[in-house]
Amino acid sequence: MATKQKIIVVGNGMVGHKFIDNLIHHPDYENFEVVTFSEEPRLAYDRVGLSYYFAGKTADDLMLTSGDYYDEHGVRFIVKDKVITIDKAAKTITTASGRVESYDKLVLATGSFPFVPPIPGKDQDHCLVYRTIEDLEAITASSKVSKTGVVVGGGLLGLEAANALTNLGVDTHVVEFAPRLMAVQLDEGGGTLLRNKIENLGVGVHTEKNTKEIVAGETSRYRMNFADGSFLETDMILFSAGIRPQDELARQFDLEIGERGGIVVNDSCQTSDENIYAIGECALWQGRIFGLVAPGYTMAKVAVSHLTGGDEEFKGADMSTKLKLLGIDVASIGDCHGRTEGSLSYTYSDDKAEVYKRLVVSPDNKKIIGAVLVGDVEAYSTMLPMMLEGMDIPGSPEAMILPTTEGAPALGVDALPDSAMICSCHDVTKGDLVEAIQGGCHELGDLKSCTKAGTGCGGCAAMVGQVLNNELGKLGIEVNTDLCEHFEYSRKELFDIVRSKDINTFDELIESHGTGRGCEICKPTIGSMLATKNNEYVLTDDNISLQDTNDIFLGNMQRDGTYSVVPRIAGGEIKPEQLIVLGEIGRDFNLYTKITGGQRIDFFGAQLHELPVIWERLVNAGFETGQAYGKSLRTVKSCVGSTWCRYGMLDSVSMAVNLELRYKGLRSPHKFKMGVSGCTRECAEAQGKDIGVIATDKGWNLYVCGNGGMKPRHADLFASDLDDETLIKYIDRVVMFYCHTADRLQRTSVWMDNLEGGVEYLKEVVIDDKLNIGASLEADMQKVIDTYECEWKATINNPERLKRFAHFINSDATDDNLAYVELRGQEKGRIMTDDERERAAKGEEIIVTEV
Amino acid sequence: MSWTTVCKFTDLVADTGVCALHEGQQVAIFLEKSEQKVYAISNHDPIGKANVLSRGLIADVKGVFTVASPLYKQHFVLATGECLEEPEHSVKAFEVRVQDGEVQLANS
Ligand code: SRM
Ligand SMILES: Cc1cc2nc3c(=O)[nH]c(=O)nc-3n(C[C@H](O)[C@H](O)[C@H](O)COP(=O)(O)OP(=O)(O)OC[C@H]3O[C@@H](n4cnc5c(N)ncnc54)[C@H](O)[C@@H]3O)c2cc1C
Ligand code: SF4
Ligand code: FES
Repeated sequence: MATKQKIIVVGNGMVGHKFIDNLIHHPDYENFEVVTFSEEPRLAYDRVGLSYYFAGKTADDLMLTSGDYYDEHGVRFIVKDKVITIDKAAKTITTASGRVESYDKLVLATGSFPFVPPIPGKDQDHCLVYRTIEDLEAITASSKVSKTGVVVGGGLLGLEAANALTNLGVDTHVVEFAPRLMAVQLDEGGGTLLRNKIENLGVGVHTEKNTKEIVAGETSRYRMNFADGSFLETDMILFSAGIRPQDELARQFDLEIGERGGIVVNDSCQTSDENIYAIGECALWQGRIFGLVAPGYTMAKVAVSHLTGGDEEFKGADMSTKLKLLGIDVASIGDCHGRTEGSLSYTYSDDKAEVYKRLVVSPDNKKIIGAVLVGDVEAYSTMLPMMLEGMDIPGSPEAMILPTTEGAPALGVDALPDSAMICSCHDVTKGDLVEAIQGGCHELGDLKSCTKAGTGCGGCAAMVGQVLNNELGKLGIEVNTDLCEHFEYSRKELFDIVRSKDINTFDELIESHGTGRGCEICKPTIGSMLATKNNEYVLTDDNISLQDTNDIFLGNMQRDGTYSVVPRIAGGEIKPEQLIVLGEIGRDFNLYTKITGGQRIDFFGAQLHELPVIWERLVNAGFETGQAYGKSLRTVKSCVGSTWCRYGMLDSVSMAVNLELRYKGLRSPHKFKMGVSGCTRECAEAQGKDIGVIATDKGWNLYVCGNGGMKPRHADLFASDLDDETLIKYIDRVVMFYCHTADRLQRTSVWMDNLEGGVEYLKEVVIDDKLNIGASLEADMQKVIDTYECEWKATINNPERLKRFAHFINSDATDDNLAYVELRGQEKGRIMTDDERERAAKGEEIIVTEV
Repeated sequence: MSWTTVCKFTDLVADTGVCALHEGQQVAIFLEKSEQKVYAISNHDPIGKANVLSRGLIADVKGVFTVASPLYKQHFVLATGECLEEPEHSVKAFEVRVQDGEVQLANS
């Protein structure tokens, strides 16, 4: 066997890791041995998503790989050790800790570092940068002792940093050297509009300011003196004035570097030494550095190809961007400044709606060569592929930016070639998506998890959805969203019908829009929809036959046919006297008793005929049904919060109780749960709930669509620092929108994963009220709240209904199939064996022992 | 053939079931709404091994009326007791009629 080629990867950032991962998945991987060094104390993490750290993601959440994964594939890794020398002749490297390692091929993936202008006073304690997790920790710490903060640099990263500072509650200013913000990506019109919008958010913008020095301040910690004689006082300073390629090693050990830095590489990503490659932000290709992750990923692919005898080449990359800065949509495509000789440009601006669009087209007026979009970036996903693929503009160019919906060229994704890049964050082309779809990913959620498309910045999610639908159509796979054999409609469509035609019974609906008599799929689904809409008692003659296993007797059926009993204990708060009542009931009916994972108490083993008696005692003691059986609100978990906890910011228990009492009784597509924590320590695990609420020093942060269960999902931060009223308004809208549009038995997490446009779209619907349904969602919720009644109380007061709570219609006897064994001092139900059942039928007495 | 009355017709709620004790056996009795017809099969779910079929949902499977077991949702044909998913686990069907407003099961 030939000896393995030994490869050393210097730097385990996004690109270094991508290189290793690509190699691992290469069929010839067994011929290679890989070692990687990281100067940072951890392996690669998602730097693009770094700012999510401030939205509650942890360093672990951001990790792109793990030691286990590398171990599993035989990759050796050393963290917190910097490579400091290269011996090209001996083919070895040395690290700061003195480790010497030989290589056959060396890959430099050292990335870049933030440029800090040489301003006197720049090296003080609260002068920071924004690049690593450690930087963010320092920023957080500094923000706690700072009132104001200045970001130096009004480019992309600077504005992202400004956003982070405002979220940390710091009064924020941006200082920019150039006459406008985002000078690289935006033209004057776009830059001006962006500036206005940002100023409206309370962020100070200071352009054409050249910082001369940083000295001690009078009202704040520092004073920044500008060249024009003006000054600004601030407690902390964040430098975001551009990046510089980390080319130190190349400089010292004689690899060719560019005039303004960067390790020179050829089309195969080799440096001037053929055994050394450079990829990512440290590499200079044709005089250009690429400060985005997608080109770095392409370089990683090219280098792997070259090492394994392939012939892929790096051909440059498109630097178009689309993003949300401080909540404002901004996009820039290609030659946005119209620098191409003879190019023509079209501009549309609307001061009222705060929208600015500019389209730059080729001299023959046929092709898009650039664009700037601020405030409304919907056209981005159509324009970008048209430019990249050199397609002709369908119709007239001005139609591309005019707000008319009529006649606007709706370019179907169908027209795009397979090579069209759909997700630039994860380097996924249309072809990749098509392949995955043909391979069986027929749901948006699956497609995203198997290709990773749409899981970075999220900007491409709508396009990914369009490709999916288009391909499924072509494959002749009708996306069958029919509810069941009786209804050729999806749940969402049926909900629309029920609401718009005001249909109130199952029979009406199946006669007008279905066939046959219904089944165990459509009956409960429609029963639940009608309950969301009308909130009627679920056991009326019309409703009762729609109820599934549990709802029909208002309890959870256990394996032996007995039921569990779960009273509501809102927010987990319970008085000692109530605990005593519960204890007495458990004892008197000999019920197996357990504290649930949802902060309440569950009694098991109640027989059908016992349910009304047990509930009568509970209702008389002031308890209500906990609806543990319904697809409805379960629990609102709370931590003790500011009432007792020394860290509590707000009263999380009161909020949890309020929320639980507000939404109790609401029937939904699947069960849903909430949590309220009093501070970021998150003792209530709110981020694992469908709706999570966490107190801050300025109000409530709202998280949506988390899940524990089979496939855990962390909730997405939806809005920050809300007052009580806005918090409840948003929750009303999110939950009711979920009830209207989700599929049957779809938790909010899966609903979100399949929602085209993802959480950003949900924000548009709920916060911006883009569909103009906010008020009606709130009204629908209010109706449910106003019509709440405890189902068990209603049942106890209804003798007709109580008749059903007997095992036999014609006898007082009880089910003889039940058997019990003792378990830690309580009785545990078990099913009789076949043998026991036969003997029992013959009238033999069964002595039960543990089986 | 002799018959035993187990309950009144008005004790039945359309499209749901009840359980009757008949000659020592548990019998699930259902009233199907569209045909207003009464059916009777064993109450014992041989798959979940519990006496619960009377508490299942009535489901129309391609025109055949069945009850879906409340435990694991297998379908049992109301007219015959046949289990559609696992025919080896079919259950017994009983003769049932409505006479003068009374629901009656046939005696053996
Ligand atoms: C009793 C309890 C376990 C316990 O002893 O602690 C429980 C018991 C059941 N869970 Fe649960 N879950 C219980 C807390 C949870 C939790 C924890 C929580 O709520 O904080 C979770 C994970 C959180 C989540 O839902 O995201 C949980 C995730 C599930 C799932 C998986 C859902 C998913 O999206 O993956 C199911 C299955 C389902 O709903 O389809 C399930 C289903 C069930 C069912 C209903 C199964 C069934 O159909 O019989 C169990 C019925 C219990 C009964 O008869 O009363 N249970 N279950 C807990 C009741 C809490 C309460 O007070 O209401
Ligand atoms: C806040 C922020 C937001 C961003 N947003 C976006 C975005 O939305 N879209 C986008 O495309 N890009 C974005 N970027 C840029 C993107 O993160 C970079 O393009 C990408 O990380 C480059 O990957 P890399 O592997 O080349 O460099 P890095 O990820 O920086 O990795 C280089 C690693 O090498 C280590 N290293 C350096 N020298 C040595 C040595 N001598 N020995 C050992 N280790 C060494 C470094 O410590 C570092 O860990 C963003 C960057 C930041 C900071
Ligand atoms: S989440 Fe915060 S306030 Fe609540 S109990 Fe934990 S530490 Fe205290
Ligand atoms: S483009 Fe960022 S996730 Fe796809």
